[in-house]
Order: sequence, then structure tokens, then C-alpha cells
Amino acid sequence: MTAETQRRREDIIVVRDLVKKFGSFVANDHLNFEVKKGEIFGFLGANGAGKTTAIRILCGLSYPTSGKLTVAGFDVYTQREKVKRNIGYMSQRFSLYDDLTVFENIRFYGGIYGLRKQEIGERAHALMERLGFEDARDKLIRDIPLGWKQKLAFSVAIFHKPRVVFLDEPTGGVDPSTRRQFWELIYKAAHDGITVFVTTHYMDEAEYCDRVSIMVDGRIDALDTPRNLKIKFNVEGMEGVFLKLARGANRKEI
Amino acid sequence: MRPSIEVDRLTKRFGATPALDDISFTAGKGELFGFIGPDGAGKTTLFRILTTLLLPDSGTCRVEGYDVVKDYRQIRNICGYMPGKFSLYQDLTVEENLRFFATIFGTTIRENYDLVKDIYRHIEPFKHRKAGQLSGGMKQKLALSCAMIHKPEVLFLDEPTTGVDAVSRQEFWEMLRRLKEAGITILVSTPYMDEAGLCDRVALIQSGRLMTVSAPAEVITGYPLALAAVKAADIGILLHALRGYPGIHSAHAFGQTAHASFREGSVDLEALATFLEKGPAGRAEIARIEPTIEDCFMELMDKPGGMVK
Repeated sequence: MTAETQRRREDIIVVRDLVKKFGSFVANDHLNFEVKKGEIFGFLGANGAGKTTAIRILCGLSYPTSGKLTVAGFDVYTQREKVKRNIGYMSQRFSLYDDLTVFENIRFYGGIYGLRKQEIGERAHALMERLGFEDARDKLIRDIPLGWKQKLAFSVAIFHKPRVVFLDEPTGGVDPSTRRQFWELIYKAAHDGITVFVTTHYMDEAEYCDRVSIMVDGRIDALDTPRNLKIKFNVEGMEGVFLKLARGANRKEI
Repeated sequence: MRPSIEVDRLTKRFGATPALDDISFTAGKGELFGFIGPDGAGKTTLFRILTTLLLPDSGTCRVEGYDVVKDYRQIRNICGYMPGKFSLYQDLTVEENLRFFATIFGTTIRENYDLVKDIYRHIEPFKHRKAGQLSGGMKQKLALSCAMIHKPEVLFLDEPTTGVDAVSRQEFWEMLRRLKEAGITILVSTPYMDEAGLCDRVALIQSGRLMTVSAPAEVITGYPLALAAVKAADIGILLHALRGYPGIHSAHAFGQTAHASFREGSVDLEALATFLEKGPAGRAEIARIEPTIEDCFMELMDKPGGMVK
């Protein structure tokens, strides 16, 4: 998207001076950023940089120490249940139940988010058709291939049409073809107006994001489009940007 | 090079599902040998069989000449194993864990300190901290130290870099290269294709079968197609346009570029540029490139039944 259309878009996540301390340890040190509607926002950083802490706060699972934050227009201090209803979440370890079938998993998640039975049936049907899973409807999750599980986990995370979906290393461990098919699902979700907040250790995937932030020692040390970051750091690819910034980290071993 | 690990026609099934399907390979003494493949490819099953934790259904496997079924006791004494899942005692300290592993193998930390010191010194300042309270990178270093403290002849590392950031991954591979200099045979598995180039030889593994076993450079020279990197304003539109080009074999996103492969051994780059410019993709920068391991992997995967050996 162009800079102009991006400015006009609505902010889905607004973070102002987010600080999170654990005792004397500052996990998040005055983070500031906003994420626009329909944007694919890459949230990068070395292990221990503070990414998971920030994601937990944005998902309404942990209180910030200080700072002003809204997600989908709701305050993360006072409207946490509303935040949770309007977000989706998928982690590296699939959040599907192995001993339930494909359809039972979908029905379970739909039910948790309060969708009506008929709505669940219709959306589930459309979903399985889109993924080409019609024949797998009654198969147990433990019996379907990993790539399918991953696509299903993503589809379930956005089944209730959240405003924003958080993807925590969604492509860890899958084969290169599936990884690329997965990104096509991400593009489609973003195109449909769902904001995508994604972490990854694959630097080629950082290139697919509209904007990327890189955390170092609890701070955001860079935030821009991949193109601008590469120009700024005078490197060929995002791997170069990441290595230049993360090498300067002091506390990656804490 | 004398063989350190010999696997001949190994098959292992779980129910009806073949986890390993008739695989054979040999790793030489002191070789750094990589298994590259996604989750579920069979990497962990293979490592568990070679470390005598799981029995094969058929086929033979030897580690330093010992049979994995008959001579499991000997193998357990000469192997170091770092499982994919952190398996040390969370409620023991760093030092207690290391001492525990040294003791059960009848040795001491002091006796083999030289072998682990490059790795262990990073965590030694925290030696009184409980293992459960370490960061991911520190747990990984402790697990590697514990796998090596009895001075093994063969080291099995199951996905040591999964979920580890790009900087720590580089550091980890530097440690492996130094261990290799000590003459230890190292079998390492990884889902990261870009780590293949750091191994002496690699096996690309998918769905329980080895698609190829060779030096990384040979995997690349074995790529049968012409390959170009193409860059245009919008990668999604570009991929779609490329897939409509006559003679195209595949088009995949690779970060900021698309990799396009062509059936004939060559491709007319100018004709391709003209084709793209006339269509929705617009002006494109095109260059012939060498394939990466990831290109090779996808090509081998797509070949129905065309897996080697």
C-alpha cells in the first residue's frame, strides 16, 4: 500500500510508551507503534528481546506496568474481555485438539466465540471448501498432515472474523512449499481487512510484511517498510538488517 | 574415510504410517552430516533409532560398527544425544545437571572440561541457576554441554536451532564447526534450509524418504532447471503473471524476489521481460541465478515418486 493510503487507514493497534517490568527487569522499554487496518505487521527480535511479553499484553493476557494501549479500539487495562473477543491468536504449537475431528475443532472454536450453530455450519462449510478439506471433515486432527493442521489452525484463529490476528512463529518447522502457501492465506486475510501481527525467524518472510519492527533489549530499535530498512542499513536483505541490529544486543542470554 | 554410521534399508512404521521408508546412507568418521526437512519428515524417529531408544522394523543400522539392536549398551556409552525437546532436570542447577551427566557416564566435569569449555563458559557465570529458569539460548548450550561431557564419539543433535533467532543460530553453527575439529561425528537435523550449506553432506528428507544425499554444492549442481530471480512492484501479481508464461515450470516467492524455473535448460530473459512488461506485473528486473537448497528441496518434493534411492 502507498504511504498515503496507509495514513488514511484506521489504527487497529495503538501502543504509547508501553513499559513492562518484572521486578527490576525491564522486558518492554517504552514501546511506541501503531498498526493499521489490513496491514501485515512483522514483529521481529532476537530470543529474549521482549516480543512474547508484548504480545501477551496486546492479547489481554498480562497487564502492562505503564503506558497507553488500545487493540481494536479497546483499552487493554479496562476492556480485556472485549479485546479478547476481537482478536485471533495462533502460536507455533497448534492450538487444535488432536483427538477431535476437523469439524469438531471448528465447531468448538466457533462456540467459544459465541457464534450461532447455523453460522458455524455455514462458515465451516465455506472454509473446508476453500481449503479443499471436504474429505477431511470427519478425520481426527492427529491423522492429517502437518501442513493441513497449520492452515486449519490459522483459519480457526480467524473464524470469528477478528479485527486482528496474532501469529507467533506460525511457520516454524513446515516444508518450504507449505510455508509459501501459508503466506498466501495471510495475504488473503489482510486483503479481507484483517490486520496481521506476525513474528518469525525466517528473514525471507520479513520481506513479505508491509512494515517490520525489530526489538532489541526490550526496545524497538527499527520500524519501517522492509524497503526503507534495507536502504537505511545499506544491506541487501532483511537478514542483514536483523543481524546488524541484533548483534548489538546486550541481554540476549538473560 | 571410515564409516561412523551405516544405515541400510531402514524402515519404521507407526501403525499404517511409514515414519521411515527404506532409507540407506553412510556418514563418515568426523563428518558433519545434516538432515534437512520439515516437521514430520522422520528426522526424530531416525535419531531415536540410532541412539537405541526405538527399535527398527526392518533394515540394519550400525553406529561405530555396533548394531543398534544387539549392541545397544556399547552405543549408549559412545553417543551424545540432544533431543529436540529440552530434557534436562529443570529443578537442578546448571552445574548439577552437568555433573549428573558426567557421573552417570563414570567421568567428571574436570576430566572433559576442555571439550565443553567453549560452550560451557557462556553459561558458567549462571552455574547456580536452576535449568528451568534459563533462556532458550542458554538451555540449548547447557543441553549441548551435557550431551558432550562424556566425550562421545558420535553426537546426535535433533533440531538444535529450531525457534532460535538468526544471530544465535549462527553462533551455534560456529560451535559445531569447532566440535568437528575435535574429530567427533555429528548428525544434526534442522528444518532451516539455509543451514544445509554449513554441513559437509546433507540428506534432504521428506515423508520418511531421503530425496537426496550429497554435499550441499552437489545438491545445487544437480538442480535440473534454469532459474531466474525476478523483481517487480507487487510480488503477488508477479507470481501470477509468471505462472502464465509459456515454458514456466514453477514460480515461488523468495523474500523480495520471485524465483522462476524453466523446463528447458535455458530461458530467454529478454522475452520474459517483454512478456511481463506487457502484462499486469509491469517492469521487472530479471537475473539468472544459482538455486538455493530451498529451490532444490521444493523441486525434489514436487517430483511424484521421483525420489532418489
